Amino acid sequence: MNEITQRFGRPLGACFILLVLLWLAGLVLVPNLTMLDFALRPNLPATQLGGPKDGYSFDNFLYLWNHPSHGWIFLKTIWSSALVTVLTFLICYPLAYWLGQVSTPRQTSALLVLLTVPYLMNEVLRGLAWYIILAFDGPLNAALVHLGLLSEPVRWYGDGGVLAGMAYAYLLFMLLPIYNSVSTLDHAQIDAARDLGAGTLRIHRRVVLPHAKVGIATGCVFTFMLAAGSYMAPALLGAPGSRWFTQLIYDWFFESGNWNRGAAYGVTLLVLCLVAVLGMLRLFQVNLTSAVK
Amino acid sequence: MTDMPIATANSHKPASPLRHRFLASRLPDVLPRLAFRLYFVFFLTYLLLPLLILAAATFNRSSFPTIVPWLGTTDMWIAALFRDGEILKALGSSAVIAAGVIAISLPVGTAAALVLTSLHGRARSVLYAMMVSPLLTPGVVIGIATLLFWRKVGVGGGVALSILAQSSFIISFVMLMVAARLQRFDRTMEDAALGLGASRVYVFRRILLPFLRPALVGACFIALLQSFENYNTTLFVRGTETPLTIFIASKVRAGLTPVINALGLMMMVATVIGAVLWEVVRHRKRSTPGAGR
Repeated sequence: MNEITQRFGRPLGACFILLVLLWLAGLVLVPNLTMLDFALRPNLPATQLGGPKDGYSFDNFLYLWNHPSHGWIFLKTIWSSALVTVLTFLICYPLAYWLGQVSTPRQTSALLVLLTVPYLMNEVLRGLAWYIILAFDGPLNAALVHLGLLSEPVRWYGDGGVLAGMAYAYLLFMLLPIYNSVSTLDHAQIDAARDLGAGTLRIHRRVVLPHAKVGIATGCVFTFMLAAGSYMAPALLGAPGSRWFTQLIYDWFFESGNWNRGAAYGVTLLVLCLVAVLGMLRLFQVNLTSAVK
Repeated sequence: MTDMPIATANSHKPASPLRHRFLASRLPDVLPRLAFRLYFVFFLTYLLLPLLILAAATFNRSSFPTIVPWLGTTDMWIAALFRDGEILKALGSSAVIAAGVIAISLPVGTAAALVLTSLHGRARSVLYAMMVSPLLTPGVVIGIATLLFWRKVGVGGGVALSILAQSSFIISFVMLMVAARLQRFDRTMEDAALGLGASRVYVFRRILLPFLRPALVGACFIALLQSFENYNTTLFVRGTETPLTIFIASKVRAGLTPVINALGLMMMVATVIGAVLWEVVRHRKRSTPGAGR
């Protein structure tokens, strides 16, 4: 802290420190603690706030635990988000490798522009595109029936639709970090491995993947977190059978008006994401500083 | 696309009687190449087809946006877009929020990067973890935490709260971008200016800020995009305000017409023009030696 005031002078340095404190306290720490506080208290009418019933308990969390379907939806959200993460990785890895090691600079910059354009657009518009494609009378069913691959139209809204829409929505968050780390690999290492007789799969398993692990970890962490916390894709492309945990949170807030229970569900989601992030970083043996930069 | 990930191992020409056997022996090489080509086409289709369909549906007479069946080509939806007061209002609301987010997150993000880079060791990694934590928090959770805390202190849902909630994580983006640029800053320039009698504030204003300019311009751009496209966080803090993403999503569920597609088309066109300009400027900068440092 001293260095800051020394470097920029007392008024300017103090100003910087104050701004940072305001941000971290007012927009990050205290709101999250308030959420936890809400989560641990019962939902009471305004007159009883601070009264004898207003105490801490785990009731809101136990409600989630004991609920016949909410716990299940929670698990399914984790499972589906993991599936989205794996799927996105499989879709992105070959292209990230190609961009990082094989393509010419011209090809790289052309493709990067092509890639970023859909992602500079609204997330909701990306969802809308899939909403149109997957509609019961929509182009996908029409094409598949026309080609004879389907005898009659299929309802795509639901798990499949959410999966396709999410993988699409978060593609770039997986692709760019992997591309970045693959591009730092010296191509001579690949040539050397090949000269020593390694096949394509072995080269990827033993040379490219280990080298790119920081990028892969970053991509997986972000994709999983975005998927688990997404509201748009499940709301637009889902069906009653494919409800997402975030939809439950929304309903507690704006349908049932029980903010305390909503807060408890929010805390649960936050903890899940923390555990997933830390777990993935540990799994890939990557530290936070190199994963997020 | 000519050079595939598999390096051309045996490029010498075979004698013609051996050609057949040669081809067979090269099958393991040719097959992955063919697979990559197929994959490449699949990837581009997956990436771009949804957008093309979204755009094409703008010109279909059908009042539900689709491309099958084609009921005749029309530009009436584009004309309707410019008459639609609601959309313009939503656009205005998004613009106000984005302006607020930029006004908060550029200074705070810069201050955060400066504070961070003048710390060392454990204090630095702890602060770093806190500063990037909003990026690893699901948007829904940021929304409800902000709502719960700020409502307690008297700020209800609306434009102001949307600005605060979005800033909470957009500041992290700005911080990362500024910090990346700061790594290349030569501190001796500051010392030289101080030695020549400049005040600390003057040094900051005339040396550090101009050096950070490219990062700040980029950060401004990212902040604008992130703010405009944000849905998950804004959903909880918007109050009765209807920014663009919220407006589009609400239309998708009730009363979707190709006017929304027309809006998407406009945004796409703007994005493509922006991306191309960006690339052109970047190229020009790179080819003029000394420019942009």
